[in-house]
Amino acid sequence: MEYYTQWKAMISSGEEVAFWQDFYVKFYQAFIEADRWKQYLGGVGTTLVVTAMALVIGIILGVLVAMLRTAHDQQLPGHRNPLLGVLNAVCTVYTTVIRGTPMMVQLLIMGMVIFASSRNFTAVGALTLGINSGAYVSEIIRGGLMSLDPGQAEAGRSLGLGYLDTMRYIVIPQAFKAVLPALSNEFIILLKDTSLITYIGGKELLYAAQGIYSRTYEAMFPLIGTALIYLALVMVLTWLQGKLERRLRESDRR
Amino acid sequence: MIVVKDLHKSFGNNEVLNGITEHIQVGEKVVIIGPSGSGKSTFLRCLNLLEMPTSGEIFFDGVSMTDPKTNINQMRQKMGMVFQHFNLFNNLSVLKNMTLAPVRLKRMSKAEAEENAMTLLRRVGLEDKANAYPSQLSGGQKQRIAIVRALAMKPKVMLFDEPTSALDPEMVGEVLEVMKELADDGMTMVVVTHEMGFAREVATRVLFMDGGSILEQGTPEQIFSNPQEERTQIFLSKIL
Repeated sequence: MEYYTQWKAMISSGEEVAFWQDFYVKFYQAFIEADRWKQYLGGVGTTLVVTAMALVIGIILGVLVAMLRTAHDQQLPGHRNPLLGVLNAVCTVYTTVIRGTPMMVQLLIMGMVIFASSRNFTAVGALTLGINSGAYVSEIIRGGLMSLDPGQAEAGRSLGLGYLDTMRYIVIPQAFKAVLPALSNEFIILLKDTSLITYIGGKELLYAAQGIYSRTYEAMFPLIGTALIYLALVMVLTWLQGKLERRLRESDRR
Repeated sequence: MIVVKDLHKSFGNNEVLNGITEHIQVGEKVVIIGPSGSGKSTFLRCLNLLEMPTSGEIFFDGVSMTDPKTNINQMRQKMGMVFQHFNLFNNLSVLKNMTLAPVRLKRMSKAEAEENAMTLLRRVGLEDKANAYPSQLSGGQKQRIAIVRALAMKPKVMLFDEPTSALDPEMVGEVLEVMKELADDGMTMVVVTHEMGFAREVATRVLFMDGGSILEQGTPEQIFSNPQEERTQIFLSKIL
């Protein structure tokens, strides 16, 4: 604390300071002064909450869309359900529009046009990210369901198991294992994309960093710090993915 | 036991079955032979409605399978099926493969189902594989387990869809052996196969299918030694 005030005074008066003294001052300014670390911590909290909410929305939407589209595609010719046709069209429009427009533009449209009067930026951000993620998750899950040998489901049905039981005990566990790497990829992207909600006023990690460097006029430490925090979060996710994959690989023992 | 009336099945414009009428009695071992594309597998898969017939009726135990009001899952519990590509559940151990349906469908308690499964595994000499996963088994072992998985539901009839076609030659014997034992136990069986030796030895009746209909049928002696139809003669001359 004393060193900080002392060296800061030296720097602002134009005196020569050692590299490590300069480093200390900037570090102190970026993270410790005025308890700024609490702002990062709050930002990480929001980031995690937004990620979790978007994840849940994305998975629900994704599974729903994937199931609908697969069910539609698997209909027997001559036995087409018109309701399923309509729902399939809605799903197709959804994935096309979401995948065809930039995330940032979607976020701005949601924040500044559709929910322009809302002050709950975090919720708007989470909703937008969730809707965005759902489009990608649905395609990943659809791929997983399609990659599975239809014989697996047939064997389940031939034993008398119902459609839902067959899905639950046989198809989904195997499809999930197959798509886990792609799904983890999507979740990592989602976690990092939460930084975009800064632009509609979401108070997540990058927002905190921007607030701090606009005050201290020293951007390097807050930004590098932010980058390192994201990196750490993603590494935790990757570690979790690895653990899960090892558990699911149990049935692959040869 | 199984009554089929004027069964038709088309895939798009491709008519695969054109009018099959057939009665299968309790205890019969019906073997269906014929060239590929003749509709044998489709016919078999229509019996438990894995394929939805385009028209016609199927009765099992006096209940119409094709009636939309029939609970098809309940009917399938009484009809075991064995597939060409085994279709063991790859995410489950052998024991779980065999107990999932009986327990889930409340046919047995978990303990009963496991005991029943172990008895069946002992019968096919694979009790040491109870905790193995399908990826650790040979083709012959997989198919023997697929057979006892179907038997674990205590079905009244067993449908076999080319059970040995995907096996290495040296593993065909062990699977046919299990099927013969099953036949000796009095199980009603419908078997689509290219194993003419098996047909000759086990079948009570052989159906020859070509072009989506049953062209000729009779005892194995009649079909193999004295076929009446020219198509049957040509087919048999090619494979025997």
